[in-house]
Amino acid sequence: MYKLVLCWRYLQTRYIALASVISVTLGVATLIVVNSVMSGFTHEMQFRIHGILSDIVFDGHGLEGFADSQWHMQRIRQIAGDDIQAMTPTVHVPAMLNYRVGQRWVHRQVNFIGIDPATYSLVSDCADYLQHPKNRDAPSFQLRDGGYDVQDRELGEESPYRHGMEMAGWPHRRRIGAEEKAWVAAQKKNNPQLAVPERVGRADPFSGIATPLRAAESEAGVVQQWGPVSEDQVYDKATQQETGVIIGYALAQVLGREGDHYFLVLPGDDVKLTFPTAGTPPKAVSGSFTVVDFYQSKMSEYDSAFVFAPIEKLQEMRGMINPSTGVANVNSIQVKLREGADIEAVRDKLRAAFPPELYAISTWRDKQGPLLAAVQMETAILNILLFLIIAVAGFGILAIFFMIVVEKTKDIGILKSLGASGGGVMAIFLSYGLLLGSVGSGAGLVLGLLFVNNIDHVRRSVEWISGQPVFDPSIYYFQEIPTLVDPQMIVWVIMGAMAIAVIASVLPALRAARLHPVEALRYE
Amino acid sequence: MSDITSHASHERTASATGAVLSQNRPDLSCSAGYDHEPKSNTPVQISVRGLKKNYQRGSNVIPVLRGVDLDIREGEFVAIVGQSGCGKSTLLHILGTLDQPDAGEIVFSDQRIDNLAARKRDRLRNNTFGLIFQFYHLLPELNAEGNVLLPLMIGQGFFGYLSKRWAFRRRAAELLEKVHLSHRRKHKPRELSGGEMQRVAIARALVNGPQVLLADEPTGNLDRAAGQEIFEILRNLNATENLTIVMVTHDEKLAEQADRTVRLVEGRIE
Ligand SMILES: Nc1ncnc2c1ncn2[C@@H]1O[C@H](COP(=O)(O)OP(=O)(O)O)[C@@H](O)[C@H]1O
Ligand SMILES: [Mg+2]
Repeated sequence: MYKLVLCWRYLQTRYIALASVISVTLGVATLIVVNSVMSGFTHEMQFRIHGILSDIVFDGHGLEGFADSQWHMQRIRQIAGDDIQAMTPTVHVPAMLNYRVGQRWVHRQVNFIGIDPATYSLVSDCADYLQHPKNRDAPSFQLRDGGYDVQDRELGEESPYRHGMEMAGWPHRRRIGAEEKAWVAAQKKNNPQLAVPERVGRADPFSGIATPLRAAESEAGVVQQWGPVSEDQVYDKATQQETGVIIGYALAQVLGREGDHYFLVLPGDDVKLTFPTAGTPPKAVSGSFTVVDFYQSKMSEYDSAFVFAPIEKLQEMRGMINPSTGVANVNSIQVKLREGADIEAVRDKLRAAFPPELYAISTWRDKQGPLLAAVQMETAILNILLFLIIAVAGFGILAIFFMIVVEKTKDIGILKSLGASGGGVMAIFLSYGLLLGSVGSGAGLVLGLLFVNNIDHVRRSVEWISGQPVFDPSIYYFQEIPTLVDPQMIVWVIMGAMAIAVIASVLPALRAARLHPVEALRYE
Repeated sequence: MSDITSHASHERTASATGAVLSQNRPDLSCSAGYDHEPKSNTPVQISVRGLKKNYQRGSNVIPVLRGVDLDIREGEFVAIVGQSGCGKSTLLHILGTLDQPDAGEIVFSDQRIDNLAARKRDRLRNNTFGLIFQFYHLLPELNAEGNVLLPLMIGQGFFGYLSKRWAFRRRAAELLEKVHLSHRRKHKPRELSGGEMQRVAIARALVNGPQVLLADEPTGNLDRAAGQEIFEILRNLNATENLTIVMVTHDEKLAEQADRTVRLVEGRIE
């Protein structure tokens, strides 16, 4: 009892000791803030990556892919049947996205993916990242009749305005269709000699001027006609579309001066994609496609690279369909596992069943391994550094406790003369340390949580004071700094801080316990 | 003054007349102690035999106690006098099991206590011996009541103390009343005078109902009047509660008023 009473009294009367605990408070607060922000980022990133990638990716090596996805999916289902929720075949190919901006062609290196929209949305959340509400419910490669989001739907009112999106879809396409028609008509009228081919005119209103791309195509003799349209030549851009593609948001978007978004291409515009065929050696093929929606996962890596098209179209254009059997090749099979399945275990089962020289089987985590590992590493290093701060605080506590023990030497003698045991005296100082640790880490907890909860206010104040943007949402795509408070992390941090406080008080407490009562009483 | 002190002072005036020496003799007096009303009828409570204690200072061994033999009877009021530095405090500490002798033994109620395990000595100090010091030795963080309660808190476990805390508080209040400090219950030591602090220390020493009170120059830091008051309290406790009291003192006048005075000279009892 006296132990509690005394350590409580010491807490009330020794403010210097409280000062020593401020460093514990700061350490705990920073640890909580840093960990919350880091795990917020990690979680957000993982969430998005996982939304984009399926649980397990079953890849054939190379561009050619493997035949008969149906047979493979059956095999996979046999091996890991219980755990599998959905599967879908995909075709992946590196490609060049070309579109015209004013007088110039823009080329972007992309990752062209052929998907089956119905089953692909079962294995990944890709539909959630589309910009048309109906596409989010049921993704489709048909151009929509307007109604695309003009602002980020997650960020809402305050997010930058997307210029042009209000027109996107058929209205936009009708308008450019009409403009092109007028232009072609004008060209024909001015220069009847110039044969403006119907198709080229349609796809490229400026084809009277030979572009390097056109020239190169003709020379190489691989003039795959742009676009897929059937041979009936009455193609009206205002009412018809090419094969739809969904392109990454960042492939089309540019920032305006006020931070609002402008687009080089809108849903309704046509773009050209150039990609290798499946044969050996691969040849380049090009096709004309109509952008039907944007894909915005907010992971810049994906948003600036992904282009989705219907899988059959890709298989056909790349020559992946065996002419004799009609069976198509695919590059990979995306597997979605049911909730709670052990992804790694399923991967290992599949790895055991399929020869590794033919198939690469990896989880979404494996795919993002380096990125996630880097973040984890960073978190670990920060944690170590911050715990060192608390350890420094521990030495402060040690020094101050020694001071207090010296100051209290006589009192220790008194307690012993009244029958207190060495252990009892030691307990006073240990519980004093524990109490200081709890006060320090409790204050740190409150401070840290307050900081985390108001992190955007803090960010704004810092930005206001320093005049420098601390966190640029356009870089991270998050409007707010993501945070995630993990209760387990908090328990660890607090236990760690308390342990350090107690450990720091062990030596002084031992000294107090060993003090000879008579010496202590004589001490003046 | 209250009942205890006034009763004691009557007895004192009678006995003090028999006192002789002291004033013109400097404190080196090695003559026999003045035995006053020997309580020879009660059994011996503390028996000290051949007690030796040396201190090491550097390489020299300084013998302080060189073989002390002393018997203290139950209910006896013994004053120990002697030159400053002759080892009175050391003897008292050893008696109170605060320190251990190098040789010799102490038997208390037919039990050797000098070589007990630390835990048992702690318990003895807590509830069998009450210690009082020259410099009061109160804890500055606690008020008068808290200081008086301290031995109870030490002796009882957490729950034991909590369950009996009201009884304990009453006991503390009674004792503070007995030493005329009811009005100072909530005062911190630094708000008390020397005499008041010493009275708190006496209440503290008494709170666990000890059998022996060991007082090391309890009046050494007080003026004559306050010192006399403290002494009256002790004297009265001795008379009314039959408490054995061993008091180290410098003050020959006070020593004379004890039942018996023993003189410590050159590490021995004369
Ligand atoms: N820890 C110690 N180390 C060395 N000498 C000591 C120590 N404690 C006490 N002494 C010496 O022992 C002698 C007796 O001390 P003490 O019992 O306090 O005397 P008294 O109480 O009679 O004045 C003194 O000479 C003192 O200097
Ligand atoms: Mg002394």
